[in-house]
Amino acid sequence: MTATAVPARTRSTEGTPPGPRRPRGRGLGLVAWLAAVVFFLPIAWMALTSFHSEEDAATNPPSFGAALTLDGYREFFGTGGGASPWPALINSTVASLASTLLVLLLALPAAYALSIRPVKKWTDVLFFFLSTKMLPIVAGLLPIYLFAKNTGMLDNIWLLVILYTSMNLPIAVWMMQSFLSEVPVAIIEAAQIDGAKLPTILARVVAPIALPGIAATALICFIFSWNELLFARVLTGVVAETAPVFLTGFITSQGLFLAKVCAASLVVSLPVLAAGFAAQDKLVQGLSLGAVK
Amino acid sequence: MTATTTAPVAAPPVRTEQKPPSDRLRAWATRAPLLPALIFMIAVTQLPFVATLVISFFDWNSLYPDARSFTGFGNYTEVLTDAALRKSVWTTILLTVTVVLASLVLGLGLALLLDRKFKGRGLVRTLLIAPFLVVPVAAALLWKHVLYNPEYGLLNGLLHYVGGPEPDWISNTPLLAVEMSLIWQWTPFMMLILLAGLQSRDHAQIEAAKVDGASGWQVFRYLTLPHLRRYLELGALLGSIYIVQNFDAVFTITSGGLGTANLPYTVYQSFYQAHENGLASAAGVLVVIGSIIIATFALRVVSSLFREEVSRA
Repeated sequence: MTATAVPARTRSTEGTPPGPRRPRGRGLGLVAWLAAVVFFLPIAWMALTSFHSEEDAATNPPSFGAALTLDGYREFFGTGGGASPWPALINSTVASLASTLLVLLLALPAAYALSIRPVKKWTDVLFFFLSTKMLPIVAGLLPIYLFAKNTGMLDNIWLLVILYTSMNLPIAVWMMQSFLSEVPVAIIEAAQIDGAKLPTILARVVAPIALPGIAATALICFIFSWNELLFARVLTGVVAETAPVFLTGFITSQGLFLAKVCAASLVVSLPVLAAGFAAQDKLVQGLSLGAVK
Repeated sequence: MTATTTAPVAAPPVRTEQKPPSDRLRAWATRAPLLPALIFMIAVTQLPFVATLVISFFDWNSLYPDARSFTGFGNYTEVLTDAALRKSVWTTILLTVTVVLASLVLGLGLALLLDRKFKGRGLVRTLLIAPFLVVPVAAALLWKHVLYNPEYGLLNGLLHYVGGPEPDWISNTPLLAVEMSLIWQWTPFMMLILLAGLQSRDHAQIEAAKVDGASGWQVFRYLTLPHLRRYLELGALLGSIYIVQNFDAVFTITSGGLGTANLPYTVYQSFYQAHENGLASAAGVLVVIGSIIIATFALRVVSSLFREEVSRA
């Protein structure tokens, strides 16, 4: 990761003799470290508090060196009474994985038709996909709710799968279009001349080049689905409740519960943190809808 | 990229022994892979919006389903004249502008810091991205309970050490409390986009300017900043599109109370709790109009960056 983050310029400054700029450079490095510590502090504190007892978690001044315990996690996972988060975690997993899979199934052929063998006016189509992403969720929330209510789809995880697919499809089409267009057409033509059929070309020529990009796309779609609250809050109830909806149960204070809140927030965020760090290098491209590489 | 645009010209003359299919058939064969995604998007995103548009012209409370009647622009007048609703329009603007500007400035600072070599740069970058990778509801809970709590929150705990005042953050400055948590989450996003912008600069040009004796500030002012302009615009616009829609932080930290209800929260509340379908739809349409205004600019920026990529490749 460090390697990819190093820009071309630093390579050239490496060679410059250590002039009067050096000390200032080190000072700025220190500032960067300080900023990183400040930004990371809330997360570090959340992690530390999740391993404290409720009494130690609620002190002023904060008890940094208090004894560590797993009580917060035990409380969260419901062994100390209260609702178990497992159904919600499983629902979130199903909704995120299934919608990501569906996104890939729809986006891959679409991206193919927008890059390798493009339709006429392919840029217009690409921008249509982008424009749907600019339509806020609240724009269609009420009709979707009424539709779900009248068709008995309320509190059904598969409704969320469909909605999350529509939420992520534009991002996926944009990202994959840019990854697939990195496949040189000359190679495809060469394969065609050698008599390779389309499935062979896709599997042997296109896939190896585009696979890292497809993986990054999948991870980003997974993150967005896992994070989503508004649809889930309105459209699910007891059965199909997702992890973010489960977390909203902690909005009102319940006595001493900081360790439990921290444990819960950390557990629910772990998949996103893992997916995000895995996709770190392609994160910008996905978030900027492929506009920045 | 250039290669793909020339593909249709290059593709045809491969299998000469077969009878070439008619142009029309071939056009449909090219289009076919696109259709499932296109139809899916239209059905799931465009149709509900049309329905919202229709409902917004009706006086319709779902608790009194028989009293549904056409009111024309009645709901819009109500949204725009009702003091609470009008305040939520204003709150949305204030929240979006504050969060976007603050995270953009902070993100630029961090991107500039990261665009130089120092020990542990990779780790610093990872630590800085982390806030963006906390589930939004979890992040809001973290700020609400663990940082802002007036008695034993971390913020007041740290202020205790320096002997500063220990305010009740959420009650005293509710909107700022929401904004701070969002700025914390969105600064990494801006940083990533701007860092990508910084790293795409023409380094030969910068070296040349330095050789010619340009100061660090001059390089930044006359080379870096003009180059970054479109990345700044892109960050601002994408950030606006996401933050205009923000629901999680407002819902979690203040539950829309204390004057922090923004339009998405108002839409949620007016149909989910007050069952005012017509009113909610009108408010929803207003959010869309706001987004369209931002989006028009966003699309322009994206397409200019996009065209540059196409021509560069």
